[in-house]
Amino acid sequence: MTIGLDRPEIPEIDDAQAQELPKWTQPETKQDRLVIFAWSGDLDRVWPTLILATTAAASGAAVTVFFTFWGLFPLVRNDAGITGKNVMQKMLAVMNKGGIANMGLSKLDFLGMGPWMMGKLAKEHHVASPQELLDLAKELGVRLVPCQMSMDMLGLTRDDLIDGLEEPAGAMSALAEAKEATTLFI
Amino acid sequence: MTLQTALHLDLKGLSCPLPIVRTAKAMKELESGAMVEVIATDPGSLKDFPAWCRVTGNDLVEHGAIGDAFRFVIRKR
Repeated sequence: MTIGLDRPEIPEIDDAQAQELPKWTQPETKQDRLVIFAWSGDLDRVWPTLILATTAAASGAAVTVFFTFWGLFPLVRNDAGITGKNVMQKMLAVMNKGGIANMGLSKLDFLGMGPWMMGKLAKEHHVASPQELLDLAKELGVRLVPCQMSMDMLGLTRDDLIDGLEEPAGAMSALAEAKEATTLFI
Repeated sequence: MTLQTALHLDLKGLSCPLPIVRTAKAMKELESGAMVEVIATDPGSLKDFPAWCRVTGNDLVEHGAIGDAFRFVIRKR
């Protein structure tokens, strides 16, 4: 008996059909694809994630960012308020406020003083904010995919999250895309 | 000889990755062979533009410093 681990047959498609497919499904070389697993919701990790994603997209790569666990919180609408269905999920939302404008630093956070200073420094040096980079990423066709399981567990619904995201997906879709791509776990 | 550029981008003051991202976006609309002149002040752009051209296959015709800024002339692939 064979267990279902055989690779599925990939149907042949002609050039005309390939043209109609979205860009990220078209066969490309490893260099042309970037998949980032955005696990952290910290400002100092999400920022470089978005810088790399936008730059790669600007150089013609097909870019996908999978947001999982803490990484989901920056995708929460800045005005979503307290998310979650049960007490624990609500507590989590209070202690770990969602929204790209509300991210904390992994070190030197000082109850929000650190991020405020970072924002000020970024402005002084004309560095694009995470919000600007997120908007740019969408404009450049970066696929932003929230992890379904994390959403369920952390009590986040599709309505809690910003517009312009792909449909939530699971680990398998993430790994399938990562197969032929340069991958980063941030 | 003066270069015939289809587009002039003044990206002075912008930091990484905006000079690259803005240039890429602006060049999307252009025909193959079109020339673009970019002026940037981000010191990182001196390395980043040649790298971007290498990856995308666009032709970096000229690059160098003018005063405090950097100038790049790129021919679209």
